[in-house]
Amino acid sequence: MGGITALAAVDQHYLDQARQMQALSFAVHIPLVCFGMAFPVLVLFCEWTALRTGSEVHLTLARRWSRVLVALFAVGVVTGTILSFEMGLLWPHFTGTFGSVFGLGFAIEGFSFFVEAIFIGIYVYGWDRLSPRWHLASGIPIAITGVTGSFMVIAVNGWMNHPQGFRIVDGRVTDVRPVHALFANTFMWHEFVHMYLASFIVAGFALAACYAVALLRGNTSRYVQVALTIPLTAAAVAAPVQVLVGDWAARTVAERQPVKLAALEGLGQTTTGAPVHVGGWYSDGEVHFGLPIPRLLSILAAHDPNATIRGLSSFPADVLPPVNVVRLAFQTMVGLGLAMALLAVCYLWVRFRRGRAPRSPWFYRAVVLAGPAAVVALIAGWVTTEVGRQPWVVYGVMRTADAVTGASGIPVGYGVLVLVYAGCAAAVWWILRRLAGKPFPDRPSEVPEEVGTT
Amino acid sequence: MTFLQLLPLLFVLAGLILYTVLAGADLGTGAWQLSTRDHGLRSRVYDSIGPVWEANHVWLIFVLTVLWTAYPSVFAAVCITLVVPLFLAAVGLILRGTAYALHGASNGPDDHREIDAVFGLSSVFTPFALGAVVGGIASGRVPPGGGGDQWTSWLNPTSILVGVLAVVLGAYLAAVQLAADAVRIGDDVAAAAFRRRALASGVLAGAVAVGGLVVVHADAPRLFHGLTHGAGLACVIVSVLLGLLALGLVWRRRLDPARFAAGAAVAAIVAGWAVAQRPDVLPGLTVAEAAAPTSTLVAVVVAVVAGGIIVFPSLGLLFGLVLGGRLDRPRPAEPAAIPAGRRVRAGLLGRVALACFVAGAGLTVFGPGPALLAVGIVLVLAAAPLGFLAALPAVPEESR
Repeated sequence: MGGITALAAVDQHYLDQARQMQALSFAVHIPLVCFGMAFPVLVLFCEWTALRTGSEVHLTLARRWSRVLVALFAVGVVTGTILSFEMGLLWPHFTGTFGSVFGLGFAIEGFSFFVEAIFIGIYVYGWDRLSPRWHLASGIPIAITGVTGSFMVIAVNGWMNHPQGFRIVDGRVTDVRPVHALFANTFMWHEFVHMYLASFIVAGFALAACYAVALLRGNTSRYVQVALTIPLTAAAVAAPVQVLVGDWAARTVAERQPVKLAALEGLGQTTTGAPVHVGGWYSDGEVHFGLPIPRLLSILAAHDPNATIRGLSSFPADVLPPVNVVRLAFQTMVGLGLAMALLAVCYLWVRFRRGRAPRSPWFYRAVVLAGPAAVVALIAGWVTTEVGRQPWVVYGVMRTADAVTGASGIPVGYGVLVLVYAGCAAAVWWILRRLAGKPFPDRPSEVPEEVGTT
Repeated sequence: MTFLQLLPLLFVLAGLILYTVLAGADLGTGAWQLSTRDHGLRSRVYDSIGPVWEANHVWLIFVLTVLWTAYPSVFAAVCITLVVPLFLAAVGLILRGTAYALHGASNGPDDHREIDAVFGLSSVFTPFALGAVVGGIASGRVPPGGGGDQWTSWLNPTSILVGVLAVVLGAYLAAVQLAADAVRIGDDVAAAAFRRRALASGVLAGAVAVGGLVVVHADAPRLFHGLTHGAGLACVIVSVLLGLLALGLVWRRRLDPARFAAGAAVAAIVAGWAVAQRPDVLPGLTVAEAAAPTSTLVAVVVAVVAGGIIVFPSLGLLFGLVLGGRLDRPRPAEPAAIPAGRRVRAGLLGRVALACFVAGAGLTVFGPGPALLAVGIVLVLAAAPLGFLAALPAVPEESR
């Protein structure tokens, strides 16, 4: 047996299925996390504007969005609970061996979640029940705990990618320092900032895409314009910043996880003045059919066109991640991220230079695409870092194969989970279609008056 | 065993009790959702759990995270052996949460009966699966190193008993709570309907609990011994007395105190299980052997205490607002109160944002050393909210 576990090691034929099951649960949960972090800020901004200016449109928007917010949060609570179940159900040897090192982060995240849940209840059910000021104030903890909760989870992920705060003596984990492991870890900061910005890009473009559809269908009411502008502007200011933060993240990976960097590019041989290939396919130690940009990898990773970058062949074969998955995910994220940043710059340019919103329908068609593109880029980004971490669950310490459960029936569980999530997705789609035609009332006594699409 | 090694387990137990009482009542409402076609009653079910249900369910996350941090091997062993019921409970939670969220986006009960059906069925199914997990642990079917039977560990008399008990107790708590809420908002029809349900389910819950002792005697003698001697027996007696008191209060239509008595009776049963199982967490595994290193335990205790200082007043505020009826009725509209601040010119703000971005970009990409990199990151991050405020058009007069 390789590695260290507190429990007897097992032979699991369905390791890949277990990983896919975890990835599926994660992919369902993570866009909801984005809404949990960014959406409260946007809702609070609307309410604050309404209180400041007396704008009815902003107030209506805040009310409607808060109903969407609580529905997304409710699904986020359960999909998040599933992830905590899977920590034990799929990876008991990981949790059993290292729970004492990383678990603290999740415990604190639990409290964050708690405060968030409490104040979401007060905020959403407090419309017209609390005074306007107190109602606005009751929303602020939601925005704060959305950040602290994800900070804790990312602290754990940073630790998995860059483990510290414990020693291994005779195959046992000793000298555990959980606070040091999680919070003195320099690997988490770029991940956290990258994710926080991503939440505004995802929530912003996803919301903006809905209203861009309404606009393209000819609804140019002031309600739709305001509802489009606020999330679109939030995403537009975050997208260019994300490019810089992404560069920082890549340089940190280059320094700490050279294997991952080599996999991102598909760099087979150690190369001086290494290029970047756009597109193409990695096999036999090189990228085929890619468009090479000479020296770009060296410039990006080390700020030196002649820097030497370690290739995949310089690492033992049993520590290499699946190169093409990582590479494709990375290129998807970067490509979509740059495209969204370009769209954002166009928008900000028109806004500042001309003092108005863009008029071309092509701009709004691009915004409609940016909604799903942001979600795809988000998931691709997590695939990059998490598949790029393979074959390790705790980088360089414990292999994923040593963490997996020995339980039989993983394919059955996987199939059930796929069906359940597919059913939920279909139900959500169905109800959103119904809602688009028949929006819910804004106040208990009120019949819907104006056409608004959510 | 030191007190520090025991303390996080007491937190887990407290969390489990709160989950059983609060989320149990929450899940229990689903059974009543299934029991009636009456629009008004079904509507009461959703309204009554609305503001609190997310908070109720976070207790489970609390239990899981503290358990895997402070007693990682126990968590792993439970998950390895009881993988099937835990997975089924997870599926139940997904279905219920999604159904509830969909209901929130629909126009009330009767709009989508399918949603209500999924909500109700998963509300019954989930506590059964979780109860079966507890039954498996309580009857000593989870070996500490993993490797217990994947089926008999939860398809056994004790597990089925605890599963049924979890469903019935939850339904009872829910009925008491729904009746009390209906009284508070002055819905006499619903109050009478839920009071009848509370009396029936209360009698049933008591019968299952007492009859269950026979099952436990045959299937899990160690647990039976724990429940019929010493502190375990005391918990059982307290639970029986509180349960009778709660039923009496429901009968006398004193529903508000009844909900506390019923909750306390359920809490006493869970505590009784924990006491009966002492000193082992799992068969042959003591608390001292299962506990994480001291540094982790200290960190967990500090985190729980600090978190509790924030969470409990917040929870008090939430339940105070709910039980005081503050979230039931709209208050008269008030004019907006926050005066407009002095507006900074958008053009100036935009230039400041651009300057932050450019300077930050330079430092982020080319800044030597981590300190300048950090300054650069802070600057580019500051550019985002500044740019947001600068780019948004002013709220025009006509919309005021």
